[in-house]
Amino acid sequence: MPTDNPTGGPADGSTSGDAPRIVFQDVVKKFGDTVVLNGLNFTVAKGERVTLIGPSGSGKTTILRLLMTLEHLTGGYIYVDGDPLTFEERNGKRVERKPKDVARVRRRIGMVFQQFNLFPNMNVLENITEAPIHVLGRSKDEAEARARELLEQVGLGDKADAHPTQLSGGQQQRVAIARALAMDPEILLLDEVTSALDPELVGEVLGVLREVAKNTDITMLIVTHEMQFAQEVSNRVLMFDHGRIIEEAAPDVMFSNPTEPRTREFLQAVL
Amino acid sequence: MDFFESLLDAWPQLWSGIQITLQLSLGGAALAFVIAVALGLSSISEIGVVRGVSRVLVEFFRGTSLVVQLFWLFFVLPQLGFRLESMAAGIVALGLNYGAYGAEVVRGSLNAVPKAQWEGTTALSMPWVTKMRRIIWPQAWALMLPGLNNLMVMLVKGTALALLIFLHDLTFVVDELRRTEGTYFAFGVGFALYYLISLGFSTVLRMLERRAQRKLGLAPTKAQTAQATAGAVA
Ligand SMILES: Nc1ncnc2c1ncn2[C@@H]1O[C@H](COP(=O)(O)OP(=O)(O)O)[C@@H](O)[C@H]1O
Ligand SMILES: [Mg+2]
Repeated sequence: MPTDNPTGGPADGSTSGDAPRIVFQDVVKKFGDTVVLNGLNFTVAKGERVTLIGPSGSGKTTILRLLMTLEHLTGGYIYVDGDPLTFEERNGKRVERKPKDVARVRRRIGMVFQQFNLFPNMNVLENITEAPIHVLGRSKDEAEARARELLEQVGLGDKADAHPTQLSGGQQQRVAIARALAMDPEILLLDEVTSALDPELVGEVLGVLREVAKNTDITMLIVTHEMQFAQEVSNRVLMFDHGRIIEEAAPDVMFSNPTEPRTREFLQAVL
Repeated sequence: MDFFESLLDAWPQLWSGIQITLQLSLGGAALAFVIAVALGLSSISEIGVVRGVSRVLVEFFRGTSLVVQLFWLFFVLPQLGFRLESMAAGIVALGLNYGAYGAEVVRGSLNAVPKAQWEGTTALSMPWVTKMRRIIWPQAWALMLPGLNNLMVMLVKGTALALLIFLHDLTFVVDELRRTEGTYFAFGVGFALYYLISLGFSTVLRMLERRAQRKLGLAPTKAQTAQATAGAVA
């Protein structure tokens, strides 16, 4: 884990300022009888960028969705800045947390989806300001000023009034990134954010993400098949197979000289 | 002309019947809408008991006939010491019955909003009210309007049952006219007037539907249409 990273800003309301940003502890996830994760453990430091690679169905999406509380955690614990996310251990028992407590911790996490998921009943600006106004309680003026700033950053300064359907996939995804950033997340989850895009639009989205990586200290969990991008942006790469981490290395090592035959096989197929 | 003279003669009577029918329709629809929204939202609640109660109420009021509900409200409730006037009984019966059907339309539309939209709101940590009011409902609204429109037309026709609890609605008046003006005239006028009332309601609802779709970018917005027209003219 890199130690040269400045720790992310103040951990809003977190109990321990020096706790790792993310801890997966004995995480189990089942869909019915299908066991997807069976006792997964890993830690992500503040400000770290971790790329998750592995064959389709190895559980990468499930990991991000568990963090975003989009899936029910079957077993184990997830901690964010030392705070339990959906379950906590109390008197040796595993207890589900109250929705209010979950919401407080979840607010530190943002996610960008493969399919953008912009709100079709709102224009671009409203898509971005909606949550800051109604969740963070920002004023409309403040939220709009920040949204316009973010739109500039993602190269869409002139699209504030556009409707999502008037934008290309690459533009929609950049709006989705701006929307996630508008919530000032400490953690940003990126699940194959360029997979749904035409090849010629991939570059503009990755460009925006490179800038975000460079100019912020947001902790990132990245699932991508863009290995060049992963190498540039991430501090560490985790190789998954059947819900287990089979190899873990710095990107240059992972991509040039992986140890595991399974990793080599996978990378050969992808690269 | 005979027909128009007869119509002119009968108009005061017809108008009073139309008013009763409109009152029942509007009152019934307003109550049905409130019930449909309440039960529809309850039916997708995360709380099992709320879901269950909603389920039972919907099934009960859908599954028992409107006529029987009307009789209960008007004839049985008074014996239990709770008297409703005819108009109130009519509105409540229509509201409960069509509200139950409407709840299914609301539930179906909420479920038809893509899962990705719900997940988008979770990823932005939106509390339930914000999520529903600002994101999910506006999208479901566009989907539910055709179904609600359908129910509205059925509700207008359903108001005819009010004559069973002695309301002098349009059907009652038409039936009276049958005796003085003949079957052909009375039922012809009855047909036409019910048709016009239904048409009025569904036109309004169709307009709401278009507006909702425009907001979702499913139809050109006014500005876009204007722009397109300007472009065509230029
Ligand atoms: N909602 C679901 N219901 C049942 N099985 C699921 C569901 N979501 C994911 N899975 C299964 O979990 C496994 C891991 O899926 P996923 O996390 O999407 O993998 P990846 O993102 O690495 O391709 C797969 O076997 C997949 O079929
Ligand atoms: Mg996936």
